[in-house]
Amino acid sequence: MATLHFTDPALLPVYEKVLERERLSPEDGLTLFKSPDLLGVGYLANIVRERLHGRKAFYIYNQHLNYSNVCVNGCKFCAFGKKAGEEGAYEMTLAEIFTKVEARSGEPITEIHIVGGCHPSLPFSFYVEMLQGIKARRPQVHLQAFTAVEVAHLAELNRASLADTLQALRDAGLGSLPGGGAEVFSTRVRQALCPQKLSPEGWLGTAQTAHRLGLNTNATMLYGHMETLEERVDHLLKLRDAQDETGGFLSFIPLAFHPQNTALDHLQGPSAFDDLKTLAVSRLLLDNFPHIKAFWIMLGPKMAQLSLCFGVDDVDGTVMEERITHMAGAQTPQGLTRAQLQGLIREAGCQPVERDTLYREVAA
Amino acid sequence: MREETASLEARLASGARLHEEEAQGLWELDLLTLGRWADLVRRRLHPEDRVTYVVDRNINYTNICTSGCRFCAFYRTQESPEGYVLEEDVLARKLVELKAQGGTGVLLQGGLNPDLPFAYYEELVRRIRGFGLGVHGFSPPEIAFMSRRFDLSLKEVLARLMEAGLTSIPGGGAEILVDRVRTQLSPRKGTSAQWLEVMAAAHELGLKTSATMMFGHLETRGERLEHLFKIRDLQDRTRGFLSFIPWTFQPGGTALGGEPLGAVEYLRTLAVSRLVLDNVPHLQVSWVTQGPKIAQVALKFGADDFGSTMLEENVVAATGVGFRLTQTEIETLVRQAGYEPRVRDHRYNLL
Repeated sequence: MATLHFTDPALLPVYEKVLERERLSPEDGLTLFKSPDLLGVGYLANIVRERLHGRKAFYIYNQHLNYSNVCVNGCKFCAFGKKAGEEGAYEMTLAEIFTKVEARSGEPITEIHIVGGCHPSLPFSFYVEMLQGIKARRPQVHLQAFTAVEVAHLAELNRASLADTLQALRDAGLGSLPGGGAEVFSTRVRQALCPQKLSPEGWLGTAQTAHRLGLNTNATMLYGHMETLEERVDHLLKLRDAQDETGGFLSFIPLAFHPQNTALDHLQGPSAFDDLKTLAVSRLLLDNFPHIKAFWIMLGPKMAQLSLCFGVDDVDGTVMEERITHMAGAQTPQGLTRAQLQGLIREAGCQPVERDTLYREVAA
Repeated sequence: MREETASLEARLASGARLHEEEAQGLWELDLLTLGRWADLVRRRLHPEDRVTYVVDRNINYTNICTSGCRFCAFYRTQESPEGYVLEEDVLARKLVELKAQGGTGVLLQGGLNPDLPFAYYEELVRRIRGFGLGVHGFSPPEIAFMSRRFDLSLKEVLARLMEAGLTSIPGGGAEILVDRVRTQLSPRKGTSAQWLEVMAAAHELGLKTSATMMFGHLETRGERLEHLFKIRDLQDRTRGFLSFIPWTFQPGGTALGGEPLGAVEYLRTLAVSRLVLDNVPHLQVSWVTQGPKIAQVALKFGADDFGSTMLEENVVAATGVGFRLTQTEIETLVRQAGYEPRVRDHRYNLL
């Protein structure tokens, strides 16, 4: 009967490996990416998804804070970052940040997700006081803050080691690191798009330093611009290797490139086939990552829902204010309510589970 | 895979017809299995890796409507200051614009407006044909309305419109062909039997038509199946349906309100439609309600047609759902999915 699952016979050897729980090779990754059999690839990813999570689909009640968009990096795929003094550049004061936190103090938020640019001059004390101040106001809330890129930047500004920097942030209330800033670990792509940005080794090293300190992190891949499929597979396998060593990654989040308002606005951004295949291949290659997340803010609620049938087990949160993707022209609403998230998960045939940052179930 | 599921799959692969009971069981299947089966049937019916679409625009000659359907955000009452009947020069401008973009036809629909004489409709069709454009026009509720209003039989209405140049009939106004739903949703729109009667009359006169289904409001999944089987039964008799277009109710700005159905239920219903309607050649995606991404994925869930460029669309737009696509974008979406885009006319002839 097996052949009926696939219209592409090239998927059959991968199917055998998936059934045998064998680790997939780079060639398998390419076969999956290149296959025209979208539903066949989804079917394979769903086998792994069900093995790990059954029909559970996770979401989180969180708040996003983008404290500043001032950034020294100037990455071409970004519509968010601005140079200091450039029109549209902003930085929130600590008082403004705390007001935003207090404004939602009545809501059962379990995570505050904090990401900004690589600011050239804010002192390290600003970040420490931000975490301390938020933690003082919301002691129960987990602070997932600062991508590896920001942490490495802070360490440099502060002339401190990565470990000491992370430890200082942790003492101030940091709970875990988000997965942003990984982009694609290809030197070719990075030279063209983000030559100033933290190197792949630097990104992985920062994440692994965090893991060794007992801090969990996430990982991402920005896809759908100029990278090749080989470069995507390479990115995924570098993450898999790193996870074999330190094991601290919780979830992997492929980020669909949004070209609008970026220096790459002549590009189209990935197709729906590409979105779903990338999520599914991620599930299949990253056998040591517990979770694959479809960030609905980027994909839209419809694609995020559909992705639950293509290997995804997490749709992220009830995000209420998000700037990075919306400045790149995302048409998605600014927030989904709990009821809406639960509804879209159930319609996909899954069981909604509210989680905290560390994927512990929350009694909703 | 359960034994009965496996045997059903084998039957579908061999081209067997689904019984009503088997069709009920389809809802129990996971999404990807349903998609695979629908794709199997699609490839049997359309072995060439091709996706068709038409270059047209929707022209809504009037928004004044006495039907007052609760799912509609487009209509206005006769008293409303926002009511309109399209001016001649506005129509001409729209047609010139369509011709300039390589359009081949117009999807012509309007409200049930008691102020219009029958000659208006005939003249409207003639005028559009005068531009060298086809007229895919007047859904069954409009035909039935003309029949009542002008005391003509359905066939007389249809014959006179055909004489004026009507080329085919759109499948609108079907909503859900179950009277329990219709009496709550659109009590003044006519029964499901009347909708089918208009289609039967059109088919008997040699007019080809499409059929639609608007779902995701008050109906049950069982009632969606009832709808599909009514279409299949009529098609067995008349062979006049060229395509089927299911789309989801968009609650914005309507009296009914509520939350819209998601992508997964849309794709499930699309796949079930492909599996049940084994005698309707084409299945169309609804990018106007689903957006380009889900529309592209829908090509793996049984659909073989991308609908139309819709240079103009007013009815769904009135609910606040604002998807727009150019011809180039449609072709790109189709190619990305691994198919060759081909332009067709309203009768599904390749151009």
